[in-house]
Amino acid sequence: MSEQDPHDQPLDNMEASDGIRDEVRMDLSGGDVSATTAGGLWGTAGREIIRKKSAIVGMGMLSILLLLAAFAPIIAPYPPNEVLFDEGVSPRDPPCVHLFGCDEDTPQHILGIDGNGRDYFSRIVYGSRVSLLAAFAAVLFAVVWGTMVGLIAGFFGGWVDNVLMRVMDVLLSFPSLLLAIVVVTVLGPGLINAILAIAIVTIPQYARIVRSSVLSIREQEYVSADQALGVSRWRLLAHRIFPNTLTPLIVIATLGVATAVLEIASLSFLGLGIQPPTAEWGSMLAAERNQVFTAPHLVFFAGLMIMWNVLGFNLLGDGLRDAIDPRLGR
Amino acid sequence: MGRFLLRRFISSIPVIIGILALVFALARMIPGDPCRAALGERATDEICDLYNERYGLNDPIHVQFGIYLKDVATGDLGESFRFGVPVTELLIQRLPTTMELAAAALLIAVIVGVPLGIISGYRHNSKTDVATMIGANIGVAMPVFWLGLMLQYIFAVFLRDTPLALPPSGKLDAGLIPVPFYEMWGLPENGLTEFLSEFTLMNALVTLQGEIFSSAFLHLILPAVALATIPLAIIARMTRSALLDVLGLDYVRTARAKGLRERSVILKHSLRNAMLPVVTIIGLSFGLLLGGAILTETIFNLAGVGKTLFDAITSRDYTVVQGFTLVVAVSFVMVNLLVDLLYTYLDPRVRVS
Amino acid sequence: MTTMSVGDPILEINGLETHFFTRDGVVKAVDGVDLTVGKGEILGLVGESGCGKSVTSMSVLRLIQNPGEIVGGSIRFHGEDLLHVSEKEMRAIRGDRISMIFQQPVGSLNPVFTAGSQISEVYEIHEGLKKKEGYARAVEMLRKVGIPDPEQRIKAYPHELSGGMAQRVMIAMALAAGPELLIADEPTTALDVTIQAQIIDLMREIRNDLGTSIIVITHDLGIVAEIADRVAVMYAGEIVEEADTKTLFAEPKHPYTRGLIGSIPLAGDRREWLDVIPGRVPNLIDLPGGCRFAPRCRAREEAGLTMCTEQRPELTGVNGEHTVRCFLYQEGAK
Repeated sequence: MSEQDPHDQPLDNMEASDGIRDEVRMDLSGGDVSATTAGGLWGTAGREIIRKKSAIVGMGMLSILLLLAAFAPIIAPYPPNEVLFDEGVSPRDPPCVHLFGCDEDTPQHILGIDGNGRDYFSRIVYGSRVSLLAAFAAVLFAVVWGTMVGLIAGFFGGWVDNVLMRVMDVLLSFPSLLLAIVVVTVLGPGLINAILAIAIVTIPQYARIVRSSVLSIREQEYVSADQALGVSRWRLLAHRIFPNTLTPLIVIATLGVATAVLEIASLSFLGLGIQPPTAEWGSMLAAERNQVFTAPHLVFFAGLMIMWNVLGFNLLGDGLRDAIDPRLGR
Repeated sequence: MGRFLLRRFISSIPVIIGILALVFALARMIPGDPCRAALGERATDEICDLYNERYGLNDPIHVQFGIYLKDVATGDLGESFRFGVPVTELLIQRLPTTMELAAAALLIAVIVGVPLGIISGYRHNSKTDVATMIGANIGVAMPVFWLGLMLQYIFAVFLRDTPLALPPSGKLDAGLIPVPFYEMWGLPENGLTEFLSEFTLMNALVTLQGEIFSSAFLHLILPAVALATIPLAIIARMTRSALLDVLGLDYVRTARAKGLRERSVILKHSLRNAMLPVVTIIGLSFGLLLGGAILTETIFNLAGVGKTLFDAITSRDYTVVQGFTLVVAVSFVMVNLLVDLLYTYLDPRVRVS
Repeated sequence: MTTMSVGDPILEINGLETHFFTRDGVVKAVDGVDLTVGKGEILGLVGESGCGKSVTSMSVLRLIQNPGEIVGGSIRFHGEDLLHVSEKEMRAIRGDRISMIFQQPVGSLNPVFTAGSQISEVYEIHEGLKKKEGYARAVEMLRKVGIPDPEQRIKAYPHELSGGMAQRVMIAMALAAGPELLIADEPTTALDVTIQAQIIDLMREIRNDLGTSIIVITHDLGIVAEIADRVAVMYAGEIVEEADTKTLFAEPKHPYTRGLIGSIPLAGDRREWLDVIPGRVPNLIDLPGGCRFAPRCRAREEAGLTMCTEQRPELTGVNGEHTVRCFLYQEGAK
């Protein structure tokens, strides 16, 4: 019949797998980095988010936490660090709720007393402050630094890109918790150092995403048009490229807060984060660890709160992602 | 494809060098005096001078790094201050525990996660799907250490006198001492055989020490389940999402139009493609497993790399920190390389380079 | 254009209704379609995007998935109503007696399997051949559809094939088991113009050599003029005109058809403005009562007809085999 025709062009070959791992990482963390116009989406996104049940649940969960954190002094019946032995309680007294039949004489402690004689419920309530603040701070640092690295690497390319990305690769070769532990050890235990450590460990994630975004936007025609018009590189970076990286970044950052909560709790659990006597869920868990067989409630509720926190951010992040890029919505 | 392999391997070399440099630097930056950490607070200055001389701690940094590189290349990771044995010796003893734990957890995560994801994806938006996804969301949010402690409580206390009771810590029941296979079969005792024999489960299996095997098995269940939960949830979600992506593609329509059974459409045509991102996820999960192992081993009192590493960090045992971190990072790189390889094998589109 | 004498009808679609039950309402994608395809006949199904032509073809093979559903009508293949056979019998028909090819040939082939294995699969499931025999037959099919060096090509992966080559592979796959009917859904839309011509020629040869009936679904009137024996024009889920090709192009009756033909720019044609059909395709959820084309119909305005917006016209014969759905051609139109 017919012969091979010169108009019949072979299709492009696919690039090799570095990109694949990036894509999958992004899927793992939940974002596609196709450049979408940041501006006009937000209206539709807002409506979509409301429609998405999971996002609403997430927001609800987080609102409760925010309320707890904001109104902690009002909600918590006792100061979180106050030792109550003078009032006649003993360590690890079981919960006493007057509504459920506890003796009217004994002071009410909804979740009981912890190993150091403090009201457990109050500590749980105050713990929300630390969790939220620390996680936000860690993600904020990581996003800021990571974005800078990603923008520079993606935009300038060449050896700058190479070197920066290699450094990121090295950081990514370590399991994140492990690296965070080592960094905290170097810096010394404490909340701020824990935040820094987690930020450092998560920078590569954001750097990669932003860089990917930049690379794809850079190829778009409206950027070439600007360049042809003589727009300076810095202006391009600030006005064209950066705003378009915001969309996926916000999604990833929201999900990143969830991870940060877990990591801070883990570090505190290992004794490397919040130092006693500050109330924080991870360290509270650690303190009662050996008593899990006799006083499991002291372990259970602290962990439950962590889970609540993480779940809330995960649901919110998922909802954001589905709303902004419905193609990925499942 | 060989060329692609080579290229990937070569591009990991600078990363490995970077890892070596970072590990070296971090270990040196840990506050505290190595001499006094090793010999105790009461060591005098003279003794510490000698100590520092001996371990080359007074040499300029680049010299130390050079020596370090040379040592690593020849397999000498130094000696643990705390235990007084070579780091490699500790590795041989403890790495298998972590590997068994991680392998068990990975197995659970894949064997349960992938089918769950497939079922959810295929029955998109059904009750099964919604339930699984809620479960996955919760699973991903659970702190490993909390889950571990809760499992301990449930299975060791709450279910104590039931047939479902499980031991909450350790590797074996107290008093049980496994016989390494090389002893049983009259093989030489060297690094390799000792390493292999520390895989308690495998060792007991091949030497048919039934009691040891069942004890080891029971002890492995809770930590493996705790460790597996987050990767399981991630794998389930990824599988589902990948399958849904694929099911909407044109070639699935073609497969149906050819008259294929729905089962073939899913298992043969869709899955091959959907598994590609899942394979990569499995590789990435390895990092989660290693990180989680630190927490799990601490809770379940297993002497593996994770716990040892953590103890070494807190007790300033520098050489152990250096050596173990290095091993962990390098194995992570290797696993990812392997995953890339696997990916290339599975996806013909990537092979061209 | 060919004028072969066409045999008895092998496919008769009557009153087909396929609806999609979406969150926003019921989309009546196909709303009462009648079509007939004879043995060895090439039928062209023409219409804009969204008119329901693809849904019609997918309905024939019962490939409509959630939220779509075939809710009415009959599809008789050699007298047997396909809408009432079991899924198992349907699977035996797909790929074996009725085949389909699609628009994006490279995307329609599974990227992880070779061309050869995908063609061989048809033999494996429909004729119970082993892989080795399947591959041998695949090579033969590739040769038949004009692919040079077929022994090498069977080892190729879809991404290694050009668009035209991939479409030939799809055609080979579709014809492998010797179907009586081939449904080609926009087979050339994604291809280069010169390749389009080759694929059209290939399809004509298939009909001539193998006697396969073909339904060519397209929005491109040029293709239809090239190859179809008869043409059916679809609009908003209905057939609005049907005739043999020559007649349709020479004497289009329905205002929509006239608009379509009139809007084709012709070489040598000297006009200031390109005739376009004003307005847009109606929302299939919220269809206007009466004739669906009425809102855009200039002829209606010029003829001063009012019943167009109130009643729905039926398909009526105009001239032998030529049918139109329009009040302009019916007695007593007001």
